[in-house]
Amino acid sequence: MNLSRRQALALGGAVITVSLLPVDLAHAASDQSNEAIAAFTGGADIGEGNLELTTPEIAENGNTVPIAVSASGAVSVLILADGNPSPGVATFHFGEMAEASASTRIRLAGTQSVIAVAKMADGSFIQAARSVKVTIGGCGG
Amino acid sequence: MAKIKPRVKAPKSVAAGEVFTVKTLINHKMESGQRKDKAGEKIPRQIINKFEAIFNGTPVLTADLDPAISTNPFIEFSMKISEAGDLAFKWHDDDGSVYETSKSIAIG
Repeated sequence: MNLSRRQALALGGAVITVSLLPVDLAHAASDQSNEAIAAFTGGADIGEGNLELTTPEIAENGNTVPIAVSASGAVSVLILADGNPSPGVATFHFGEMAEASASTRIRLAGTQSVIAVAKMADGSFIQAARSVKVTIGGCGG
Repeated sequence: MAKIKPRVKAPKSVAAGEVFTVKTLINHKMESGQRKDKAGEKIPRQIINKFEAIFNGTPVLTADLDPAISTNPFIEFSMKISEAGDLAFKWHDDDGSVYETSKSIAIG
C-alpha cells in the first residue's frame, strides 16, 4: 500500500486519538469485587466523601506498590485490587486511639483500579477508586 | 525461611494527645498461593493473615490481610494517646504461629 504523506499523517492522528480515549477503570468493578464490597457493606448504599486513597499513577514493580488510605471518622476501610486473581487486599479496623489512616505495600497483577470502601462511625459507607498502571505484574508464575 | 524478626519504629515519648506515626515491618515471604514451582505444582499459601496493634489492652489497629500484601509486610499508621503504656504488636501467620513485639511509650 502506498500512502501519500498527507494520508500517513491523517492515519497517525487517528491512532493517537484512539489511544487517548478515556478508560473508565474506576467504575468497571468486577463481579468478585462487587461481592466483596456487598459483604463489607451489607448491601447499604455507598456515597462519596472524605476518603483519600493515595496510589502511584505508574508502578514499575507490581510486587510492591505503596498505597495509603485516610478517612477521618472511619471505623474500618476495605481495600480491593480489582484486577488481581482474588481482589481482596486488606481490611483495616481503627480503634479509638487510631487516626483512621494507614499505609502499606501491595501486589498488583497488572494495570487496574484499586478501590477503597470506608465504613464511617455513623454506619454510612463511602468509596474511592484510583487506577494504577503497572509495568511488571506482581503475581509471580 | 530466615528467622522472622518483627521491627517497629515508634517514638519513645510523646505529648498527651499528640498524633504520632508508627511504622511496622516483619520479614515474611507472604507466599500467595498463586505461584507454581519448577515442577508446575502450586506452592501452598502461607501469609500473615492478621496484624494487631494494642495499646494497654485496647485495640488501636486491626488489619485483616490477604495474599495481595507484598513480601515483608509493611504497615504504617497514626495514633494518639493520653497516658503512658505499652504498645503491643501481633502478627498471625497462616501456620498458626504468632509473632509479637512491644514498645513502651512515655508521656513527656
